Amino acid sequence: MNSVSEQEAALPAKGGLSPRKRQQIGRGAQYAVLVVVVVALVAIADWEQIRQNFLNGDVAAKGLPDLFTVALKNTVIYTVCGYLLGFVLGLPLALMRLSQVAPYRWIATGYIEIFRGLPALVIFLMIINLPIAFPGFEVPGEVYGQAALGLGLVSAAYMAETFRAGLQAVPKGQMEAARSLGMPHLRAMVSIIIPQAVRIVIPPLTNQLVLLFKDSSLVLFLGLTAGQVELAKFGNDQASTYASPTPIFVAGVTYLLITIPLGYVARRLEARQGAGR
Amino acid sequence: MSTVEIKDLHKSFGSLEVLKGIDFTVETGQVVCVIGPSGSGKSTLLRCVNLLEQPTSGRVVVEGIELTDPDVDIDAARRRLGMVFQQFNLFPHLTVVRNIMIAQERVLKRKRAEAERIARENLEKVGLLEKADAYPAQLSGGQQQRVAIARALAMNPTLMLFDEPTSALDPELVGDVLGVMRQLAEDGMTMLVVTHEMAFAREVADRVVFMDQGVIVEDGPPQQVIGDPQHERTREFLRRVLHPGD
Repeated sequence: MNSVSEQEAALPAKGGLSPRKRQQIGRGAQYAVLVVVVVALVAIADWEQIRQNFLNGDVAAKGLPDLFTVALKNTVIYTVCGYLLGFVLGLPLALMRLSQVAPYRWIATGYIEIFRGLPALVIFLMIINLPIAFPGFEVPGEVYGQAALGLGLVSAAYMAETFRAGLQAVPKGQMEAARSLGMPHLRAMVSIIIPQAVRIVIPPLTNQLVLLFKDSSLVLFLGLTAGQVELAKFGNDQASTYASPTPIFVAGVTYLLITIPLGYVARRLEARQGAGR
Repeated sequence: MSTVEIKDLHKSFGSLEVLKGIDFTVETGQVVCVIGPSGSGKSTLLRCVNLLEQPTSGRVVVEGIELTDPDVDIDAARRRLGMVFQQFNLFPHLTVVRNIMIAQERVLKRKRAEAERIARENLEKVGLLEKADAYPAQLSGGQQQRVAIARALAMNPTLMLFDEPTSALDPELVGDVLGVMRQLAEDGMTMLVVTHEMAFAREVADRVVFMDQGVIVEDGPPQQVIGDPQHERTREFLRRVLHPGD
């Protein structure tokens, strides 16, 4: 495609306009559309209402310090627990997916397809109903355990696929070198292949953490007490208490305080890895 | 006693027969160079010696142990066979010294201090002691290959296999690697070397094997196989390698 446009660029202009001129006009049109949309939005929006409802400082102040000491703290706990469980389940699933033993592959593939295909919300609703299937069974750790289980089961499926890609990205010669030094297959995996695969998947796994951080808001369907409340529910509860959407806006900003820097870190890691290879 | 004995070795990839019945031996202390055009099966032959490729049929016996016997502990047998790859295959997540230590510790169960001492001895042998704490990515190709040789030597192999060890190197880096290999040969190491370096083969090898299309065409001392080849295929190959412009 590139070479075609280069060829065209080299030809004399058709219809009187040079390609560069046409490009300039196209860019000008894009700016014009942008300006129109922004002006329209500014004109339509009720700025006084926005200020009073979404940026109400008094209401926002009432959420402190619980916003951070309870809500953000719980969001982080749910996310990290789910992430760790996802990691611990995901790596073996990836190894099973690549196993020589066919039933292992089937199990891993089935798991990954099911848990990637289901909305996280449905999984949380199923977890709530687990005691019906297994009378007397309770997930240890109450809501924290249920949250970790729900988020962990989902993220394990995604992480397994990430790990699989990472394991396959390690050059074949690495396994050959390890085996030729007399290492059995398992030892070579543990000492040589997996450490390299984990390094390769650190950037995508960081993105996975961002996704999970947002998904942790689904924990609210588990039924949370005041001490277990996380950011999204905290914002929603406060919003109804003070009859103002400001707390929801504040909760949103708090999410961004975490997700934007994390995303930045992931991109930096990715760039550094790209440079190192 | 011969270190390597290969009998009627066949290897096929799918319907493609790469090795069509190879018989040969490497005597202890000998340096044998395998030469031949690309696709002749010489790398496959080398990889069959430590069973990185599973032969389709035939026998591979190393130091009296038949590796092709399904009951043999292949991991134990491979410890005695050092392998050096065209692409070096150093472990990029480990420093140079850790590259050389890891199999000593994990496979031979040497203590950390002993493994490190042996690693440094072998690094000194290949002239790279000052690079012990560098990572492979910080080394030139020639340096990486010398570390790879040190890594294999640290396992005290009785046979070293070299799979085109200088083919991936810039020309000015080839000499250092060949120098290390020449020193190894002088120290009496048994070596099986797949190479395109005719000068090295002529000078260092006790025997040169010329392979083409999955068979051994010619096998003898370098003065004969390179200096006075008996077969037209050998002559044709050497003409192209030694005088590429003609």
